[in-house]
Amino acid sequence: MVFDKNNYAPGTHPDLPPPPGTVGVVGWLKNNLFSSLSNSILTVLSLYLMYLLIEGSLSWFVVDAVVNANDKPGCRKIADGACWAVIVKRFDQFIYGFYPLAERWRIDISFCLLFFAAAPLLYPDIKFRKYMLVLSCLYPFIAFILIKGGFFNLLMIETNLFGGAMLTVIIGVTSIACSLPLGILLALGRQSRLKLVKVISVCFIEFMRGVPLITLLFVASTMLNYFMPPGTNFNLLIRVIIMMTFFSAAYIAEVIRGGIQAIPKGQYEAADAIGLTYWQTTRFITLPQALKISIPGIVNTFIGLYKDTTLVVIIGLLDPLGIGRAALADTKWNGLSTETYLFVAVIFFISCFAMSRYSLWLEKKLSTDHN
Amino acid sequence: MLNVLKIWRNEKSREIIVQVIVLIIFGWFISWLAGNVSGNFERLGKDLSFEFLFIPAGYDINQYLISYNNRDSHLRAAIVGLLNTGLVAICGIVIATIFGLFLGVLRLSKNWLANRIAYWYVEFTRNVPILLHILLWHGIIINTLPHPKQAIDIFNVSYLTNRGFYIPKPIAEVGIELFYLFTVIAIIFAILFSRYSRKRQEKTGKQFPVFWINLMVIIVFPCMALAFNNFPISFSIPELRGFNFRGGLHLSPELIALTFALAIYTAAFIAEIVRAGILAIHKGQREAAESIGLKPDRVMNLVILPQARRVIIPPLTSQYLNLTKNSSLAIAIGYMDLVATLGGISLNQTGREMETMVLVLLIYLGISLSISSLMNWYNYRVKLVDK
Repeated sequence: MVFDKNNYAPGTHPDLPPPPGTVGVVGWLKNNLFSSLSNSILTVLSLYLMYLLIEGSLSWFVVDAVVNANDKPGCRKIADGACWAVIVKRFDQFIYGFYPLAERWRIDISFCLLFFAAAPLLYPDIKFRKYMLVLSCLYPFIAFILIKGGFFNLLMIETNLFGGAMLTVIIGVTSIACSLPLGILLALGRQSRLKLVKVISVCFIEFMRGVPLITLLFVASTMLNYFMPPGTNFNLLIRVIIMMTFFSAAYIAEVIRGGIQAIPKGQYEAADAIGLTYWQTTRFITLPQALKISIPGIVNTFIGLYKDTTLVVIIGLLDPLGIGRAALADTKWNGLSTETYLFVAVIFFISCFAMSRYSLWLEKKLSTDHN
Repeated sequence: MLNVLKIWRNEKSREIIVQVIVLIIFGWFISWLAGNVSGNFERLGKDLSFEFLFIPAGYDINQYLISYNNRDSHLRAAIVGLLNTGLVAICGIVIATIFGLFLGVLRLSKNWLANRIAYWYVEFTRNVPILLHILLWHGIIINTLPHPKQAIDIFNVSYLTNRGFYIPKPIAEVGIELFYLFTVIAIIFAILFSRYSRKRQEKTGKQFPVFWINLMVIIVFPCMALAFNNFPISFSIPELRGFNFRGGLHLSPELIALTFALAIYTAAFIAEIVRAGILAIHKGQREAAESIGLKPDRVMNLVILPQARRVIIPPLTSQYLNLTKNSSLAIAIGYMDLVATLGGISLNQTGREMETMVLVLLIYLGISLSISSLMNWYNYRVKLVDK
């Protein structure tokens, strides 16, 4: 038998190139955008939608936008687009509120420290974790002393000067930190065998979840003083933080309850069999597993809480949204609501999107699924 | 001493002891609160009474579904507010559901571009606080739409202005009753027909095109009634008179901004719920359905959706509930809902913080609890029975 170039011994045929149009850019386009008639129509429609969006907004956002001006008429004199000058002129307020100019270094330091304090909690594999955890424990006190002042020759700052992004972070971080332990206790209470504890937990959770947060904030601002001994006058900011904590604790409790219920019964039976007490079972068996399952839900609740901090403007605290509204009330900037609100929206989008990305990362890291 | 330890180590008695301790602490806490309240009330010379509900409210509400003027009582103002809350909630839920389903389907689409657009829409919308959405849309309507004089004109019957939207308003005339009657009959027929065809299919395997027949009946029947009575409907078309529009239906900027913002915000969450629900169905189900030769729409309708529905409905209901609760943010733009009437102006005018807030809280609590008990009932009904 004679072997010519088209006759190969078994197994010696060289690999042929893939058929044209199935790989590379063309193949990708074919597979993902034009795989069928309806798909092609959808692609064309999407492209058209994108064209409309970009065409319509590009000139407003960028080309015709004004960054340097002293008021709205000044903006309009230069160009017709967005008047970002309102943001530029009040940028400091958006960050610090009305915190005294000379004392703002204290906010900067506490904010930088927050990263070091949060890092060991957020990234379990970090180096020197043990030492950093000490900082995490001390951080609340350090931050309080730095921001509020009144100790070590630091000027005491009234809380009604707090505002801007700093206020959002203060309310958000404090409520998040306080609501997790409270939420865990409530979840355990709801699963408890003690009838009375269970009833109290259920009532608390259902009440908090059943009413809008804004009504709770109204309660905090109008009614809460009635429940305190006569003459107590406690700070609006603290009242708000308490209400936010209660509110999100109820939601976290429900998330964690889901996690607790997902643990197989055998785990408890095994714990009973080796003679663990209730608290030992909770500490070593229930919570580690339940918390792991419920991390995505907990982070989602935190994102919700963080977004809900904007509601404080309605009872008169000045978070970035409040600062924006104050700017709009100024006759110089009257009517620039789109610019202002979009700016605040972008601030929130960046932080909330980052949190949800972190949650996805953590979920992947902790997952022990082998599927 | 030994006896005490014995009691403590007995599980039953320990439970009782702990509960008694909890009861004492809790009771003390409640009585402390109650004592504070009564002390404070006495000091301020206030009492607890709901009589203020029946005195004239004295403030105007710019939008009412039942007749209202400022001589009506606070109670009626509160009801007007509650109905306004209901209006926004229902409109918002309908729009959010339709838009959310659409987005959810796009998120599942194999088309990369449509998928990405839907993804970024969902991410951007749900990571921005709802209050900002509301204020942003309200601001856009108020600040960027033209004055009534230069209103954006849609086919000469609807107008978009910075004072709201004006659309034609249908007015019923004599003889409309037949239309209502026929609509009801058509709906009843549709329900009965679906039941009958399902039974028939279970028995014989034969199918009707149920959806199309019902759609025809529901459209054609009422139209027949209209034609029979020579179309007893007229439309009031808005017209520009002086500085503003007269006639037609006026949708205030607040109503539109609130409904729209709530709808597009909630739609983003609904899209994710729909997507997760459909993805939760095991791949094998689809493959099995395809391998026995079902067409794609049958695979969806008979295999995927019935199972996905079980996953989708509970979180969907809680989104509806969230939308209803979020509608209380209406107060930020001055839409007169329950919180803005009873918990806002009535509270300020009567100075009865305790009574008004308790009522507001109870009403919201009642709505939430009744919807969630309905949901529990549904969950129980569709629960998979373990064999």
